[in-house]
Amino acid sequence: MDKSPPPIDALYPYAHSADQDAARPAHHPVIVVGAGPVGLVLALDLAQRGTPVLVLDDQQGPGEGSRAICFAKRTLEIADRQGVGRRLVEKGVVWSVGKVFHGHDKVFEFNLLPQEGHRNPAFINLQQPYFESYLVEAIRAAQADGAPIEIRGGNTVTGIEPRADNVLVTVETPDGPYRLEAAWLAACDGARSALRGMLGLGFEGRVFEDNFLIADVRMTADFPTERWFWFDPPFDGAGQSALLHKQPDDVWRIDFQLGWDIDRAAELDPAKVRARVDAMLGADVSYDLVWTSIYTFQCRRMAEFRHGRVLFAGDAAHLVSPFGARGANSGIQDADNLAWKLDLVTRGLAPEALLDSYAEERGAAADENILNSTRATDFLTPKSPAASLFRDAVLDLARRHPFARVLINSGRLSLPSVYDGLSLTGPDELNGPPETRPGAPAVDAPLAQGFLLDRLKGRFTVLAIDAQIPDLTQLPGIPLERLTLTTSRDDPTGALRARYLGGAPAALYLVRPDQHVVARWRDATPGMIESALSAAIAKGA
Amino acid sequence: MALTDTPNIPDPDGFYDELLAAHAGLSAGQTHALNARLVLILANHIGDRDVLRAALATARAGAEGTR
Repeated sequence: MDKSPPPIDALYPYAHSADQDAARPAHHPVIVVGAGPVGLVLALDLAQRGTPVLVLDDQQGPGEGSRAICFAKRTLEIADRQGVGRRLVEKGVVWSVGKVFHGHDKVFEFNLLPQEGHRNPAFINLQQPYFESYLVEAIRAAQADGAPIEIRGGNTVTGIEPRADNVLVTVETPDGPYRLEAAWLAACDGARSALRGMLGLGFEGRVFEDNFLIADVRMTADFPTERWFWFDPPFDGAGQSALLHKQPDDVWRIDFQLGWDIDRAAELDPAKVRARVDAMLGADVSYDLVWTSIYTFQCRRMAEFRHGRVLFAGDAAHLVSPFGARGANSGIQDADNLAWKLDLVTRGLAPEALLDSYAEERGAAADENILNSTRATDFLTPKSPAASLFRDAVLDLARRHPFARVLINSGRLSLPSVYDGLSLTGPDELNGPPETRPGAPAVDAPLAQGFLLDRLKGRFTVLAIDAQIPDLTQLPGIPLERLTLTTSRDDPTGALRARYLGGAPAALYLVRPDQHVVARWRDATPGMIESALSAAIAKGA
Repeated sequence: MALTDTPNIPDPDGFYDELLAAHAGLSAGQTHALNARLVLILANHIGDRDVLRAALATARAGAEGTR
C-alpha cells in the first residue's frame, strides 16, 4: 500500500494568468469557486464532457486535517465514471462491521456486508486530502490530454455581480485583483460560503448545542477495522458518546461528545486531549496526535440552490451533522447531478430550465439528509427527560431484542436519494423491482464482462434487457447511447434479472448521464422514449 | 385498522394486577424506565403505524390540561 502522506499544500500553487492582464474581464463558460471534493468532481466531470471550466480556490492545496473520512458506494461509483474510483478504493480502508456499546457493554453489532454483485463496497474510509489530491491528479491527466480545465490557486473571489447574461466576479491574488466573467458560476465554497454571504442569501436551520472533539491519532495498535460507537462511554472524560474508526496510514478517528458549555481553547490543549485518548485506549498504547479539532453540529440549507446564473452545491448549499457521512457524499452527488445539466445548457442543447431541476432534485436530497441527520443527532443528544428515558430503554432492550436494534441511531449511513415524482422523472410502466424504479440511481450488477455501471458512461442511455430498442427518429438533439443486454448471455449471476426485471420477461430503461433511471417500460414505442427523454432535459413532454 | 378502544383484554382485573405487580418495589425512576421499555415492546408488537399514531394522539389528549 502507498504510504506517502497526502500532499497538503502547493498542489495548485498560485501562478500569474494572462487573464489578469486582459483589458476586459475574460469570459469563461463555467467558473467553479472552491477546489474541495464537490468543486473538483464537478469541474472534472465538465471537462471530461468537453465544457471549458475554470476552478478558483483561495488556497493552493487541500489543506490540513482529515476532515471528511467516509466515502460511500455512490461516491465511488461516480468516481469510477471519472476514472478515479479504483485509486480511492485501493488507498481507502474498507470496513463493514460496526459495534455499538452502552457503557462497558456491547449492545449489538452490524455488518454492512458488501452486496453481492457490486463493484464497490458500502464505504471506504479515506482522509479528505487524499480524495482531493487524486481528483487533482485526474484533472492534470485530463489537461495533458487537452481537456479544457484549469485550477487557479491563490485566487480569492472577493466580489460578485450577477447580471442578465453572465456573472462578473472580482478575484484577489498575490499580484492584485482582476475580474472575470462567467456564463455560469458554481459556488462550491463550503459551509462558510463567502459567495452566499456576498449575495446576502440566507442559510436557515438548526444549530445543535453540543461540541464534538475530533482527535486523529496514528498508532500501530491491533484494533480491528471496525466502527466502534459508545453511548455513555466508560472511560474518563469521554463525554456522552465516543467513536473510534480507522483511516489509512494507521490513523484512527476518535470523536468525543463534550457538551455545550466548554472552553474550546482549553479542550484543544494537547495534554488534555491526550488524557482523554489515554483513558480510552489504555495508558500503555503509544500514539501520535495527527489532527485535532472541535466542531458543532448544524443542519441548514439555502431555500434555493439556483440563483439565476449562480448555482450552489455541497456544504455551501446545505449542511448536516457528520453522523451518517452525508456531507461530502451528498455534495458529490450534487456535482454529479449538476455537471451534465450545465454541460447540455452551455452547449445550447437543453433549456436553462434544466438547471431548476438541479435545485429541485438536490433540494429534495438535502431535505432527506437533514431529516436523517437531525434524527440521529436527537438520538445521540437527547434534548428532554423523555428523550433520555426512551433512548436508554432502546439501548437496554437492544441487548436482547432485535426489534430495538433498528431504533438505535448513531447515524443512518448515506444512501443516494431517489427522485420520486420530481420534474424530470418519467413513467414506470414495468412491474419491476422498486430499487431500480424511475428516479433511483441505476443499481450495479455483474455482467459477463465487467459491471453494468461501467456501461452507463455519462450519456443518456437506452438499456434494453431481453428486448429490442425501437428505431428512434425524433430525438431532441442530444447524444444517446444504446445498450442491449440479454440475460442468457450477459447475466452470469442472475443479478441483472433480479435488479432490473423482477418478474417481467423484458424491459426498456432510459438512464440519465448521472446514471439515475428516467423511465422504464415492458415495451415502448419510439414516441414514449422520445417524450421521456425530452422531459428529462426539461424540454417538456 | 383502527385503534381498539372498546374492552379487549380478558379478565381486565387480572391484567391490572399483573401490571402493578410488574412495578412492585420499583423507584419512580425504575418505574419510568419499565414503562418506556413496555411502550417500545408493545409498539413493536402492534407494528401498525396508523394504530400507533392514533394511540399516541389518544394518550397525548390525556396530557392536555394536566401538569
